[in-house]
Amino acid sequence: MVKRYGGLRALDGVSLDVAQGEFFGLLGPNGAGKTSLINVLAGLARPQAGAARVMGADVVADARRARRMLGVVPQELVFDPFFTVRETLRLQSGYYGIRRNDAWIDEIIAHLDLASKADENMRALSGGMKRRVLVAQALVHKPPVIILDEPTAGVDVELRQGLWQFVRRLNRDGHTIVLTTHYLEEAELHCNRIAMLKAGRIVALDSTRNLLETFSGVTLRMRLDRAELPGGLPARILSREGPLFVLKLEDYRQLEAALARLREAGVQVIEMELQPPDLEEVFLRLTGEDPGALEATR
Amino acid sequence: MSGFPTLLAKELLRFWKVSVQTVAAPVLTAALFLVVFASAFEGRVRVHQDIPYTAFLVPGLAMMSLLQNAFANSSSSLVQSKMTGNIVFMLLAPLSALEIFGAYVLAAMVRGLVVGVGVLAATAWFVELRLEAPPWALAFALLGGALLGALGLLAGIVSDKIDQMAAFQNFVIMPLTFLSGVFYSIAALPPFWQAVSHANPFFYLVDGFRYGFFGLSDFPPAASLAVVAASLAAVSWITLALLHSGYKLRH
Repeated sequence: MVKRYGGLRALDGVSLDVAQGEFFGLLGPNGAGKTSLINVLAGLARPQAGAARVMGADVVADARRARRMLGVVPQELVFDPFFTVRETLRLQSGYYGIRRNDAWIDEIIAHLDLASKADENMRALSGGMKRRVLVAQALVHKPPVIILDEPTAGVDVELRQGLWQFVRRLNRDGHTIVLTTHYLEEAELHCNRIAMLKAGRIVALDSTRNLLETFSGVTLRMRLDRAELPGGLPARILSREGPLFVLKLEDYRQLEAALARLREAGVQVIEMELQPPDLEEVFLRLTGEDPGALEATR
Repeated sequence: MSGFPTLLAKELLRFWKVSVQTVAAPVLTAALFLVVFASAFEGRVRVHQDIPYTAFLVPGLAMMSLLQNAFANSSSSLVQSKMTGNIVFMLLAPLSALEIFGAYVLAAMVRGLVVGVGVLAATAWFVELRLEAPPWALAFALLGGALLGALGLLAGIVSDKIDQMAAFQNFVIMPLTFLSGVFYSIAALPPFWQAVSHANPFFYLVDGFRYGFFGLSDFPPAASLAVVAASLAAVSWITLALLHSGYKLRH
């Protein structure tokens, strides 16, 4: 798929499949094309080349069917200030041609902890509450595919957990989830498979486990009985400070060799900590971005 | 089931929830026009032989208010949705171009009619109106509301910002409605300005609407109706084509 805005190639030949029932992550720095991709899927933008299908329905040629299949939680905190929470959800149901949807609306309201705000005007809600309503709006028509574009941006911890519980339940019930997020730990925690985008291209597309194994090593933190390391260790030294060392191992198998080398040299390990691979590193390597800086610019 | 009835209901609720501003205010404005113009010109100006000036003024004012409010409804609703971003809720839903068009235009017609009827009702107690040919009045009211509702939707689609839409409203819609023969009969104008008035589509709406009350008009009402219907068809066609293409809505 190709999507240009003027001279900018927001999507520069992206091609991917998400299987039914997956919990799929779309990751990438700002401007990587995540939202452009979502907008094309949702019919909010039209691609210059290529096509997209949701549950077999082409998003342009068969737009009505495709839109029924899809629930989208947009990134911006948008709302209609004329209506209450319940009115908003009733209207959204109606747009999909669903009348008398109150039983399901009540269920979503309860799951998203919105019950106490149901009859309040949207204007009166906090940012976190507005975000919950956006999630609720995306679910009124029980779509088999749910896209969440940065669902937890600016949302407090408590809600974040409640939200993930709910989304995971939806996934267990068979809904396909596509998620974009800046919080890498969220993607690592929830997604089975991940696509990393950079400048409109896919730079990695694999299961979360494979990505972590392929791209990232194990970090070993140690306190030794002396301030020097023996030579010939099968590891890269990330930092050293007196007897404190941080080493990078390619995988767990190297741990044994490293410890054997220390024993051989008569070095004693006083403290040791192993950190498993994390997505942040994969992200960093693939996109050449510092995720910390990314968080800061948001 | 279609999402059209809900979108229409939402558009109606939108103005009805703030009806002081969207209905009462324009009715008051029209009533003030009437009071001022009537006290200034009553007895001094006579447009037609047996019609007092104040009576002549009322249908024109009602039509002018109807047109302006029909335009304001669809244009401001769409531009506000674009500005606040909540238009996304409509765009995500399986609503066709025709359903969106129908909902916005019908809601605009309803607001126009409510305001128009409000103006007639508010002025009824001091102006005695005849109603010679009500079907004509109704036809022009409906077509006028639809035409301006569609124009408002068109302006809303094309405008990216509130001030662009306001410019269209203040520099196109306002002058055209004001100079459409609401306050005078164009028969009294010099030939050049008569010709100019005939190029103003709103003239036909006001003139035809007035025919429904007095049975008198500057232009044959059937011909006026044809001009208005043709304008409505043209504006609707353009607006539907833009909605269908997603112009400035689906990027």
